Amino acid sequence: MNTPETTGPSRYQIAENPEGGITLHIHGNMDSANAGQMIEELTALLSDYSLSSLTVDLEKVDHLDDFGTLVLVHLRKMVSNGRDGFYVVNSGDKIKELLSILHFDSLNEKISLEKKRSPGVFIRIGEATFRHIADLKYAISFIGSIVISLVHICLHPRSLRSDDTIRYMQRVGVDGLPIVALISFLMGLIMAFMSSVQLQQFGANIYVASLVGLAMTRELGPIMTAIIVAGRSGSAFAAEIGTMKISEEVDALFTMGFNPVMFLVVPKLVAAAIMVPILTLFSDIFAIMGGLLVGVFMLDLTAGAYMAQTIKTLELFDVFWGVLKGGVFGVLITWIGCFRGFQVRGGAASVGEATTSAVVSSIFLIILSDSVFSVILRYWG
Amino acid sequence: MSRKAIIRVKDLRAGYGEDIILDRVSFNVYEGEVFVILGGSGCGKSTLLKTIIGLIEPRAGKIAIDGDEVSVDDETTLQKIFRRIGVLYQGAALFGSMTIAENVALPIREYTSLPKESVDVLVKMKLGLVNLEGYENYLPSELSGGMKKRAGLARAMALNPKILFFDEPSAGLDPVTSAELDDLILYLNRSLGTTMVMVTHELQSIFAVAQRIIMLDKRAKGIIAEGNPKYLRDHSQNKFVKQFFNRQTEENGVGGKGSE
Repeated sequence: MNTPETTGPSRYQIAENPEGGITLHIHGNMDSANAGQMIEELTALLSDYSLSSLTVDLEKVDHLDDFGTLVLVHLRKMVSNGRDGFYVVNSGDKIKELLSILHFDSLNEKISLEKKRSPGVFIRIGEATFRHIADLKYAISFIGSIVISLVHICLHPRSLRSDDTIRYMQRVGVDGLPIVALISFLMGLIMAFMSSVQLQQFGANIYVASLVGLAMTRELGPIMTAIIVAGRSGSAFAAEIGTMKISEEVDALFTMGFNPVMFLVVPKLVAAAIMVPILTLFSDIFAIMGGLLVGVFMLDLTAGAYMAQTIKTLELFDVFWGVLKGGVFGVLITWIGCFRGFQVRGGAASVGEATTSAVVSSIFLIILSDSVFSVILRYWG
Repeated sequence: MSRKAIIRVKDLRAGYGEDIILDRVSFNVYEGEVFVILGGSGCGKSTLLKTIIGLIEPRAGKIAIDGDEVSVDDETTLQKIFRRIGVLYQGAALFGSMTIAENVALPIREYTSLPKESVDVLVKMKLGLVNLEGYENYLPSELSGGMKKRAGLARAMALNPKILFFDEPSAGLDPVTSAELDDLILYLNRSLGTTMVMVTHELQSIFAVAQRIIMLDKRAKGIIAEGNPKYLRDHSQNKFVKQFFNRQTEENGVGGKGSE
């Protein structure tokens, strides 16, 4: 017996049969280590022959696994007569067993593992419509259960989970204060700086104070605060509830007799409704400080004059109006964050989607409700 | 035994923070055997498994897989080792955003030079082996627990690893599915010669598949018994080992009457 080489074309021997067709002898292992190489080599080697029939002799093959089977499937595909012209001979019992377990005889090279084809555009529009209607229904019933829970809390104040509420107040409010303060301060600074460039031309430097004060307390303070809270806490609410949903914690709460909305949503809602207005107030203060800095160091105003002008411009109603907006935004952020969390289904990717969607929807709702506030003020104020 | 030791663990110490869970654990796993790590809850079975495959850094001691030392810091060696092992995690750990076929194809596409059609055929064969033909295009979230486990197994053995690790393979499966999984494990062990290392406390499973076991204990922080499970059940003098194999509690355990 000649010693077979373990690699390269010399591990194959080709003999032409007298009655047509060829026999291929293979030496060595046919396994995961060399299957890819074998397919390449055999394709090149057999391309010169007209393969009406091919017999593969496995007598010298010691070890064959599913990768090796793949080589056989590939060879069978190369035979022009298809299955009728392809034979495997001299395979040992082990190899025979493996081939039968792998259903070698019925394995087909033409297998498509493409994802399910996506349906046509109309079907997708229809499905999306139904999905959004279902979404809307769920959103409304979700509001309903929140209202019921809140009424219940008003009637039985002790049923509020106060520890959780305080924890969320800390997370939404106290932990969020530094970033809210910093961004508001910079906003005040930028606004004062930008407006001073224009107002200086008329010698109206002092009105920088009015502009910064009014714009921040009425509009930008609440909006900036709400956007930061949406990014920090709205996303966190969605991720927390979504993960709890996946790990069946929400189901556990339900079967233990807790109302998930009461347990998970109400503390967050109360915390946000209290803390976002407070954060809005802080935002106003820090923005005015930013403006003051520009007024004092760039516009030669005294701190006293700046503050006097700010107080003269601002009415208590302006501050109250901004703070009220902040409260509404806080409720909206919590509602949409928790809502998206409860919608999570399936796996980790779904939590990511819910988190993204919570932030995007929050910001949309903040801007939308802010315009509603403007309209109300325009016709009532 | 003159068989080659494919995993060598020597004087291993592992733990989290202040807690030392395992101390001075030494054992070998031999090529081609079905080896089971068992013990009560919290005794460090999963920690031991994760330490062996390089997910947790050991506090002290040495681990070698197929001659290469496992070290969390040595990326290159770890990569070499990862090519030779497959792991079936407790929750199957299938990637939720990919179909079953894509999950199985992922390592094959990455590490072999097979043409695309061949990969598809191979995936089909692998899924056939675990009885999941026809589920190629399903997402993991659309499968039952047992099917996920089997799909996870198909992915773990995608590259025909020399060693397969199982973390509680039969947890959450019905007895029939669990027995089928045992048969599959035995078949793979026999036909491909794959070494199997398994963490489980499913007694029937242990007696069905295990050739050799080690039993860990929380108090001893290490191995309290080693050997063939049937022999240990009938002959072990250790109280806990007897209780474990005969499913007895502390009170009605053999000789356990005086203790609380």
